[in-house]
Amino acid sequence: MAGDDTRQNAIEVEDLTVAYGEKPVLWDVDLTVPSGVLMSIVGPNGAGKTTLIKAILNLVNTAAGQVLIYGKPYHKQRRLVAYVPQRGSVDWDFPTNVRDVVMMGRYGALGWIKRPGKAELDMALGALEKVGMRDYADRQISQLSGGQQQRVFLARALVQDAQVYLMDEPFQGVDATTERAIVTLLQDLRASGKTVVVVHHDLQTVPEYFDWTTLLNVRLIASGPVGDIFNDENLRLTYGGRVSFLRSGEPDETDRKARIGGA
Amino acid sequence: MDLYGLFYDLFFDYTLRTVAMGSAVIGIVSGALGSYAVLRKQSLLGDAMSHAALPGIAIAFLLTGSKMPLVMIIGAAVAGWVATLFIMSIVSSTRVKYDTALGMVLSVFFGFGLVLLTLIQKRPDATQAGLDKFLFGQAAALLESDVITMGVLGAAAILLMLVFWKEFKLLSFDSDFGATLGFPMRALDVLMTTLIVIAIVIGLQTVGVVLMSAMIVAPAAAARQWTDRLGVMVLLSSFFGALAGISGAVMSASVQRLPTGPTIVLSVSLIVIFSLLLAPRRGLLWNWMRERRSRGRLRIEGILEDLYSLALEHKDPTHAHSTSVLRLMSAGKGGVEKSLAILRDRGLVEPVGADEWALTKEGLARAQKIARMGGGASGGH
Repeated sequence: MAGDDTRQNAIEVEDLTVAYGEKPVLWDVDLTVPSGVLMSIVGPNGAGKTTLIKAILNLVNTAAGQVLIYGKPYHKQRRLVAYVPQRGSVDWDFPTNVRDVVMMGRYGALGWIKRPGKAELDMALGALEKVGMRDYADRQISQLSGGQQQRVFLARALVQDAQVYLMDEPFQGVDATTERAIVTLLQDLRASGKTVVVVHHDLQTVPEYFDWTTLLNVRLIASGPVGDIFNDENLRLTYGGRVSFLRSGEPDETDRKARIGGA
Repeated sequence: MDLYGLFYDLFFDYTLRTVAMGSAVIGIVSGALGSYAVLRKQSLLGDAMSHAALPGIAIAFLLTGSKMPLVMIIGAAVAGWVATLFIMSIVSSTRVKYDTALGMVLSVFFGFGLVLLTLIQKRPDATQAGLDKFLFGQAAALLESDVITMGVLGAAAILLMLVFWKEFKLLSFDSDFGATLGFPMRALDVLMTTLIVIAIVIGLQTVGVVLMSAMIVAPAAAARQWTDRLGVMVLLSSFFGALAGISGAVMSASVQRLPTGPTIVLSVSLIVIFSLLLAPRRGLLWNWMRERRSRGRLRIEGILEDLYSLALEHKDPTHAHSTSVLRLMSAGKGGVEKSLAILRDRGLVEPVGADEWALTKEGLARAQKIARMGGGASGGH
């Protein structure tokens, strides 16, 4: 899908407005995500990051705007999009095991009524292998740690075999090892031509992990290559001057990478 | 009645056989669908639905003048559904929270139902007789034709549950994700709610509107204790429901003036208590034993560590020390003698003289290992 036409856009959001009651959560957002980028969405709490992802997936009612996936409306392109919700959005005490949860990623392709079989199981085990959870296939999901839960959710998205991956805070509350593993996985996805969009909280790691970023605070502040737009001025616009850790004077890229690598 | 007589009657006595079959149907259907209500944290919705069914029953009777089970069931189902819609629209359009909306709708509908029931009972004709039995249920009044109606409706509900097994699992575990896969989750939600309404209304005549929600919640809660698989949970919940239904209904049908609803609920409560206490892994008794075992092990390891650290202060690692010193070191946690006796039986310590203890070679090796692992605390799993 990607490659031959590098100018094709994976996601195009136009004039998107979402309001809960009177309060706008997203205001007139225009966003273009080129195919094959690994993009973070950053912004303060309440900036509408999760809502943006949910609006792209048609999970919330929009007041205005439209979303195109590879040039067509989302509901026609559903199969091309995989979703990793926030880990805390489900009850991990649900009576099921890891294998079954991962196979849920195939339910859409299976369609109504048909049950998952051998083919789905093989795909699930393959995805679990990729996230380093192959040995946990039969584990009850209530016995997983936070990082393991996150990996299971990633595996579930992997079996969807999509072109576009939307992930809501996959780094939330995971240990350093898992964070490393997830980053590697995301970069592998990009390397194979997929588009990955990640709601992200840690500003420090944005330049290291991502090549594209979107700064959001109800309105879209900036969106583009990290090197072009991830600067103090835009961050101050996004966070309203509350970014105390940012140093004055922009260090060059190699300096920053070295600093993060050493941390 | 002796046991043989009871079993004989179960097969050959019309009333008892009908009651047993009817309550088995109720138990199986409410147990199976109740699993979803419990897993979706909608246990109380069942309570609201069943209470709200009362005005539906009364209105159905007022409109048709009939007490045919199907008429009653339809009236109850419509009222249950209307109540659910009320609750949902209150939550979505006001600042009233779910539990408050539930409580309001439940009491308003139930109160309205009681008023209608009282009005109906004041009427001079005799056709209304027995409508008040819907409050606490009456198993003995079941007819074979009622059981057939219940069975057909219940079988349809279970069949739909099995057909949409995968979709309902998705709905219960991660509805948003299901929506991104293209399944119409709202429609599935409506279907599941309808199935739960069916499970409730077919039991109303037998169990009564007041306690029917127990048949939705209790078997599922008990079943959850025993398994971590959805399929097994649904099966087990059905079995528990049937067991409680049959035993309760048969008891109430064979004893005069014993209301069925409360008897069934007492039976299902016994199953719940049993499961909460005894189920492996999740049961309270199991937890208590596991805690006790690990506490005992920690204490024993503590004594070994104490002896080891005392021994380190001497040239001889097997230098003996008195019980009172060890008691002092364990800071009054008690059980020092008992722990020492256990350690002696395992050959890790040996008594020296009247009241002194020393590490054996094995004991020394074990103590060193514990110390290396960073103390007794890491002895847990």
